[in-house]
Amino acid sequence: MNQPNTDTCLGVEAVNMALRIAMEADPSVLVLGEDVGDPEGGGVMGATRGLSTAFGDDRCRSTPISEQAIIGAAIGASIGGFRPVAEIMLMNFTAVCMDMLYNHAAKLRFMSGGQTNVPITVRMLTGAGAGGGGQHADYLEAWFAHAAGMKVVAPSNNADLHGLLLSCIEDDDPCIFIENTPLQRSRGPRPIPGQRVPIGKAAIARPGADVTIVTHSRMVINALAAAEQLASEGVDAEVIDLRTISPWDKTAVLDSVAKTGRAVVVHEAVRPFGIGAEISATIAEELFGDLNAPVQRIGAPFCPVPFARELEDAYIPSAARIHGAAMLTMDKAWVSA
Amino acid sequence: MTNAYAPDPATKLQIYGLMSLIKQNDEHARRAIRTGRLVMNYYSPRGQECIPAAVSVSLDPEDYICTIYRGLHDMVAKGVPLKPLWAEFAGRVDGTCKGKGGPMHITHPASGCMVTTGIVGSSMPIANGLAWSAKLSGSKRVTVAYFGDGASNIGAFHESLNLASIWKLPVIFVCQNNQYSEHTPIEKCTAIDEIARRADSYSMPGVRVNGNDPVEVYAAAREAIDRARAGEGPTLIEAVTFRFFGHNMGDDDSYMPKDKKQAALERDPFPLYRRRIIDEGVATEAELEAIDQAHERDVREALEFALASPPPEIAELHRDVYAQEVNQ
Repeated sequence: MNQPNTDTCLGVEAVNMALRIAMEADPSVLVLGEDVGDPEGGGVMGATRGLSTAFGDDRCRSTPISEQAIIGAAIGASIGGFRPVAEIMLMNFTAVCMDMLYNHAAKLRFMSGGQTNVPITVRMLTGAGAGGGGQHADYLEAWFAHAAGMKVVAPSNNADLHGLLLSCIEDDDPCIFIENTPLQRSRGPRPIPGQRVPIGKAAIARPGADVTIVTHSRMVINALAAAEQLASEGVDAEVIDLRTISPWDKTAVLDSVAKTGRAVVVHEAVRPFGIGAEISATIAEELFGDLNAPVQRIGAPFCPVPFARELEDAYIPSAARIHGAAMLTMDKAWVSA
Repeated sequence: MTNAYAPDPATKLQIYGLMSLIKQNDEHARRAIRTGRLVMNYYSPRGQECIPAAVSVSLDPEDYICTIYRGLHDMVAKGVPLKPLWAEFAGRVDGTCKGKGGPMHITHPASGCMVTTGIVGSSMPIANGLAWSAKLSGSKRVTVAYFGDGASNIGAFHESLNLASIWKLPVIFVCQNNQYSEHTPIEKCTAIDEIARRADSYSMPGVRVNGNDPVEVYAAAREAIDRARAGEGPTLIEAVTFRFFGHNMGDDDSYMPKDKKQAALERDPFPLYRRRIIDEGVATEAELEAIDQAHERDVREALEFALASPPPEIAELHRDVYAQEVNQ
């Protein structure tokens, strides 16, 4: 069924196309990271394949396994006038270079009074479902969303992978670009080359009138599946794909919830202290009187990503759980007589 | 050390001038804190001033430095102007960073002071990137990363030296070995007696010099800077020195053996170098006195300028967080 044709491509190809377009358009765009050069395979997933051949080893450089040195080099080069795209293979590995990301990339603009800025993009894979276990699959978007000065992007489809990556590279702030591992390996519509998607703008993945499901990255797919089930039961769900985690599109979310009066916030990250808390708190603050039910939050259980297939399946928020939460908001008992 | 790298009399005098300027800045900073005129965390570089003075005379204004919280001497030697420097110390709007960074984050691109970090070991990875940008641009610009002996025990040091070596980056790693990691003496926390030898692991030259001797520091720095400009890659310089006022202001030195500190004070590089250049006929006592007095006046004026400058407005909290203001 997944027959390649000209209209579809893998997620990883949507990323590769964006990198190529950015490097062609702007000689200051650089790519660095572990194995990113063609002799080393063009990246763990092949996202940088062809770039070192097309643009030379100076502009697409394989690095040692030295995450602090990679991000430090990207920060310094960006202050020196370049636009580096650093690949930190997996999101969990950002823990190794958090000082460079949190204390330096995010803060140098502010601490220098606006004299220096750090226009870097840091790409990384993550997401459960590939048997990666406890250190290869976490969603840590809340860590970065909590860092003032950092932008955080988490696309759910090829057009957004392509268009948001271009926007991040061209953006003057440091951007964390989250690629979902299973989605990078799946096929979807081929993006229109060069079509940008703005940072900070959510998309309505499915319009609806009864309940708003706010989510991002791979959970958009589960939310859409839940919405189909809900539709068959007469509940019209609106699915908002945040696309950007920080700065998040408050207007889009609040407009939708003001319309539906019900909200379910879903993320693959563990539920406690996740971005769902920020979003549901904001909804409660802004729309207290308009809500027909308490905001529901769905996230992974508070444990490391497990290995056993059965446990991993249970860890990832399912369409059934999202459906259950949406149905809960529809309960008439919430509305006082 | 070859004679080719011996400083001429004019350079010797230039080094003295920078040392004198650093010393005046340090004395005024400590006095201003003691008398309550300034409130800031302060990590005195007194005792280490000859290192950046003897490095900077071989740097061009467009060369870069990355330094650390104990970095007043590095900034002054690189040419950060005193008035905005002091206004930043005071957290005022005329500061280098509009008062938003403070003494630990002085940034002044016009003089090449690109990053000042409050995190031990973090000047080096970023210095690599600045050096990489120069190499990619085909410029002759070099980058100096300043750090202490304690930072050589952080992973970022090892990652940075390795990357700089394999990428042949035009960067000079200057370790100011003041023999203490905060309050812990070097022999208790560093498994090698000469930090310069750590360069061997990364296939780059490692040079250990007396960090209290400007002539030795000058020679090592000049050679390293020339190498970097010629595209021959990085050098690690270990300049052995001592800090006279502990880790930070208010530090009672109780962890420091008294005889050790006394011996270091007797080797105070400032009066020794002053005597030496007078004896060598580089300058007269009166000429040096005139330099000291001019610097003293400049620093005093900078302090008054800083204290007269207004604080930043509260709206600055929301500016410079992102390129465009974000309402989160």
